[in-house]
Amino acid sequence: MTPAASTVPQPAPAPKAGLSAAIGRFFSPDNRYLPPMFITTILLVSQVSFGVLESFSRTLLAIATAMAFELTLSKLVYKKWPNLASAYITGISVGILCRTPAYWPFALTSAIAITSKYVIRWRGRHLWNPSNFAICTMLLIAPEFFSTLMTQWGNAVYPMLVIWVLGAIISYRVKRFHITATYVLSFLALSLVRTMITGHPFFSEVAPITGPPYQLYIFFMITDPRTTVSTRRGQILVAFLVAVAEMSFRLAHNVDAPYYALTVVGPIALAIDIWRTSKKKAAPQASQKPALQAAV
Amino acid sequence: MRLALVFLFAALLATPLVYKHIQARDQAVSITQDQASAINRYGFVFQETGKAAGLNFKYVSPVFDPKIKHIMPEVASMGAAVSVVDFDKDGWPDIYVTNSGEGSHNALYRNMHDGTFQDFAMEVGLGDVNQAGTGASTGSVWGDYDNDGYEDVLLYKWGRPELFHNDGGKHFTRVTEEAGLPPWVNANTAIWFDYDGDGKLDLFLGGYYSENIDLWHLKDTKIMPDSFEYAKNGGRKYLFHNLGGGRFEEVSERLGINSRRWSLAAVAADLRGTGHPDLFIANDYGVSELFLNDGKQFREEGKETGIGYAPKSGMSAAVGDVLNDGRFGVYVSNISEPGILIQGNNFWLPDNKPGEAPHYANMANSMGFALGGWSFGVQFGDLNNDGYQDLYLVNGNVSLDTKRNYWYDFSKVAGGNAGIIQDASNWPPIDGRSLAGYQQKKVFMNDGSGQFKEVAQAVGVTDLYDGRSVALADFWNRGVLDAVVANQNGPVLLYKNTVTPGNRWIEFDLEGQSSNRSAVGAAVRVFWNGQQQLQEVSGGSGFCSQNDHRLHFGLGKAAAVDHVEIRWPSGKTQTIAGPELDKLHKIKEPS
Repeated sequence: MTPAASTVPQPAPAPKAGLSAAIGRFFSPDNRYLPPMFITTILLVSQVSFGVLESFSRTLLAIATAMAFELTLSKLVYKKWPNLASAYITGISVGILCRTPAYWPFALTSAIAITSKYVIRWRGRHLWNPSNFAICTMLLIAPEFFSTLMTQWGNAVYPMLVIWVLGAIISYRVKRFHITATYVLSFLALSLVRTMITGHPFFSEVAPITGPPYQLYIFFMITDPRTTVSTRRGQILVAFLVAVAEMSFRLAHNVDAPYYALTVVGPIALAIDIWRTSKKKAAPQASQKPALQAAV
Repeated sequence: MRLALVFLFAALLATPLVYKHIQARDQAVSITQDQASAINRYGFVFQETGKAAGLNFKYVSPVFDPKIKHIMPEVASMGAAVSVVDFDKDGWPDIYVTNSGEGSHNALYRNMHDGTFQDFAMEVGLGDVNQAGTGASTGSVWGDYDNDGYEDVLLYKWGRPELFHNDGGKHFTRVTEEAGLPPWVNANTAIWFDYDGDGKLDLFLGGYYSENIDLWHLKDTKIMPDSFEYAKNGGRKYLFHNLGGGRFEEVSERLGINSRRWSLAAVAADLRGTGHPDLFIANDYGVSELFLNDGKQFREEGKETGIGYAPKSGMSAAVGDVLNDGRFGVYVSNISEPGILIQGNNFWLPDNKPGEAPHYANMANSMGFALGGWSFGVQFGDLNNDGYQDLYLVNGNVSLDTKRNYWYDFSKVAGGNAGIIQDASNWPPIDGRSLAGYQQKKVFMNDGSGQFKEVAQAVGVTDLYDGRSVALADFWNRGVLDAVVANQNGPVLLYKNTVTPGNRWIEFDLEGQSSNRSAVGAAVRVFWNGQQQLQEVSGGSGFCSQNDHRLHFGLGKAAAVDHVEIRWPSGKTQTIAGPELDKLHKIKEPS
């Protein structure tokens, strides 16, 4: 779930004055710190309200590791100091989603996430959402020591609604709401399909999307512009395909279905997109739609 | 640079694989031990002797309302429990085991002094206690509430709690109504402790499901927790103040105990050295609670002390001085399933300096005993008499189909919002599948340096039953701790312990005078070789269980004990200089 942090340059909007202008700038796609602030707000409010983290120290370890690796690798590979917003979100995502009493999986997951961006690349772009890739990798190679968050933060519906509304507003402002909406609608529709296939209660199939892992997943992970395709229509199609893939994993009783679905569908879609883009010699990446951008 | 990056990436990916390889190699060495080499290597070995000793117990699960038939194995997954008591005061520990099926019988196994046990439950009036309409037994705790010298028993249930008076070790008389116990509590924990130090044992009773629910006659299916980790719709808590004369007064709310979390275990001990027993409650579907006691009032300070964050699935609680520094830590078992839910068990070790407010850090992972599967009962005890407290842990939730499991469907509802998770009709059917079944038990051996090594398979603890409740006692009066285990839908196991010759020990059988006669809450510190170990007589610990109230200390190769300090619940202190080793000391509180 590495969301967005850096954005592609946009035409400068006409200057506005006053509070509304300030609010507009804050919620602008150009505000690369909006997603980090959003996820940090979610975390802090949830932690203060419910105590959701394994511990602050473990989450801080994940963040610090991600930022340290980003600094080091960017300097070594690209000879420049990076903007750390993306690494921060990778780290905080790992810190939230990783569930284990040990410290080392937090550090290792962050390290794998950041390093994967520099190692697994094709035509100058990394194919996997870093934290999603790292989580799936850890689930495969170290399940004895690692699991993901799967429970509610608290049991009240109101905090969930606040996060959904705020997330939707921000997602809309940064022009990624179509991805989120497509995925949510697909999930709900496919829940009905799963109910018909399994015979299980509809609400049990819908239940997962009401939890915080999905709040992070739909607002940050699947909208990560660095690992999504370039066209709006393609993004909608990919979001739908991720939901379909997730249903397949769910029917195979995979507890971590959403992560694996994105890990499988995301890179394939992106590779096709890169291939098509280069084939058509389309406009440079700067013309991509702005969004919840992930740095690097 | 590219090559270096690839090498770094490969090294990162290899890290857990190398770690696992080292662990597996170590584990392989453990498993290949025969009995002689296990004793040589670890200092002890267990042999399961339950059936040979006459423990022919057959556990029967309850059958609840058909509305929850689809998840019956999960709802009816508790009820097998064991406690140890010398009910007839013959100097040999006996065993009481609970059953849960409608019309099933509990068993009171009298120790026949020759390594065998005979069930006297029906003869003494403790057998036929699961009649229709009265609920299902879930556990028992023993304490001499009227100070007549014989241990009485509180039988708690998902149903009507029952208090039985011990009539001279020959018969038990039901005194529930006279005592003033409530008509229905879906209780999973109870402990005896004298919270106000008045010399009479008081009683804590902790609810799991709401007391308004009769699982045999459900009004609707909204009975489940409203959150997997933040549930507060469980059963209420009761604190019964012993008024004397066999009467009790319920004082929980007035004294500051007001919680509706889903309690599965409670343990009381003087955690701060104040002379008053504090109350620690392990809750399923949420954080633990720590009620600090000033002798008159309780105040819940879970968050202030550091234990009230990071909600998990508290199943069991036990206290132990594992570092021989005279301080108790509290072990809480939780759930761990590879790749699905790694909560890790907690060991709350005090990290405050003397004189500072109490505070705890979870040291279970760094001390090497955090992962125990779907953990239930735990107990501390020095299993090899080396002078350090080890930990016995039983686990396993629902063992049905060996090839299909319920984890995926469980995870769906566990992640759901309150409105979804609390309605049992939203839970997918279990359909004969296992949920964390057939798990290997854990015996964590304390090496004395703050590290624990898991040795269960090597020392003969090899059963795969769904372990619920474990209690430790010296059943053969040999100076070693044996283990008795109650299993859900399984037999009662008696693990007879053989300890390496030469390791010394000392045991204490305390009797209060101005303190409660059971001496519950009496703290004993044994000083030897420049160290001390603290133990307290407990009125219940672990999961629905109670160890023998005699205290057992292993001493390693010690030639002598410097002295022993006893602080009685009355506040009196007693010092015994140079007590004889390898002996059970019967000590009465000085008048």
